[in-house]
Amino acid sequence: MIEPGLYHMLFISTTLFFIGVYGFFTRRNLVTMLMSIELILNSVNLNFIAFNKYLWYDKMDGLFFTIFIIAIAAAEAAVAIAIIINLYRSHKSIDVENAEEMKY
Amino acid sequence: MSGSNIIFYLLAALTLVSALMAVTTRMIFRAAIYLLFSLIGIAGIYFWLQYEFIAAVQIVVYVGGIVVLIIFSIFLTQQAGEQLPKQKLGRQLFAALAAFCGLALVMLQLVQHDFVATANKAIEPTVANIGTQMLGVDEGGYSLPFEVVSMLLLAALIGCIVIALKSKPETT
Repeated sequence: MIEPGLYHMLFISTTLFFIGVYGFFTRRNLVTMLMSIELILNSVNLNFIAFNKYLWYDKMDGLFFTIFIIAIAAAEAAVAIAIIINLYRSHKSIDVENAEEMKY
Repeated sequence: MSGSNIIFYLLAALTLVSALMAVTTRMIFRAAIYLLFSLIGIAGIYFWLQYEFIAAVQIVVYVGGIVVLIIFSIFLTQQAGEQLPKQKLGRQLFAALAAFCGLALVMLQLVQHDFVATANKAIEPTVANIGTQMLGVDEGGYSLPFEVVSMLLLAALIGCIVIALKSKPETT
């Protein structure tokens, strides 16, 4: 095994991103889709941190982007779960197929 | 092969395997627990990279906040022991194919690209440095995004209250 470096971090974050994409495509339940979105956001955070650590260690911009992404992800999760619970109240289900009258 | 390497590979395996389990398992409550382990693995990778502040924020916000919120919403919206309906095989196949093609494309680009590190002196990501730059108003300071994010959090708070409000029955 070789010393972990930038490429290892990028490999982990890319794989995590596409695991999240796979989950987003296959899941039909709104809560599990939200979980996939959290995985995608985490992979982006890991990417920013890896570039900050290995390439631009004289600045801290990647770190700040990570902090702001975490704050925005928390707000997004709170609003999404409020919407999901409200949808459950009116439809008694949180599958995306049962919420399709929002299209029209 | 040092202990540090072993710890890194263990953390990477924990993160990826539990993320994969989180998107494939059919028990929704187990999916939330696997997501929890995946986020803890990422926090461990931040610790391994010696970004302790980010690791602490990750544990507090994601593990302590978002996963607990997701578990609560699972309890409120469905039976925890219930299995999700089985997905169509074609959809799973095409999703796996799309994800794999994207992964292969990005990995090809990654291994062909040669990254060049900066030659400047490194600065330590200590909490003092982070705080000074976060609230700095001179060049490179992040006080404007900080204020914008605080406005966003306030808007999200009000939005959640408005969404969760019970609408009064119409009185005519």
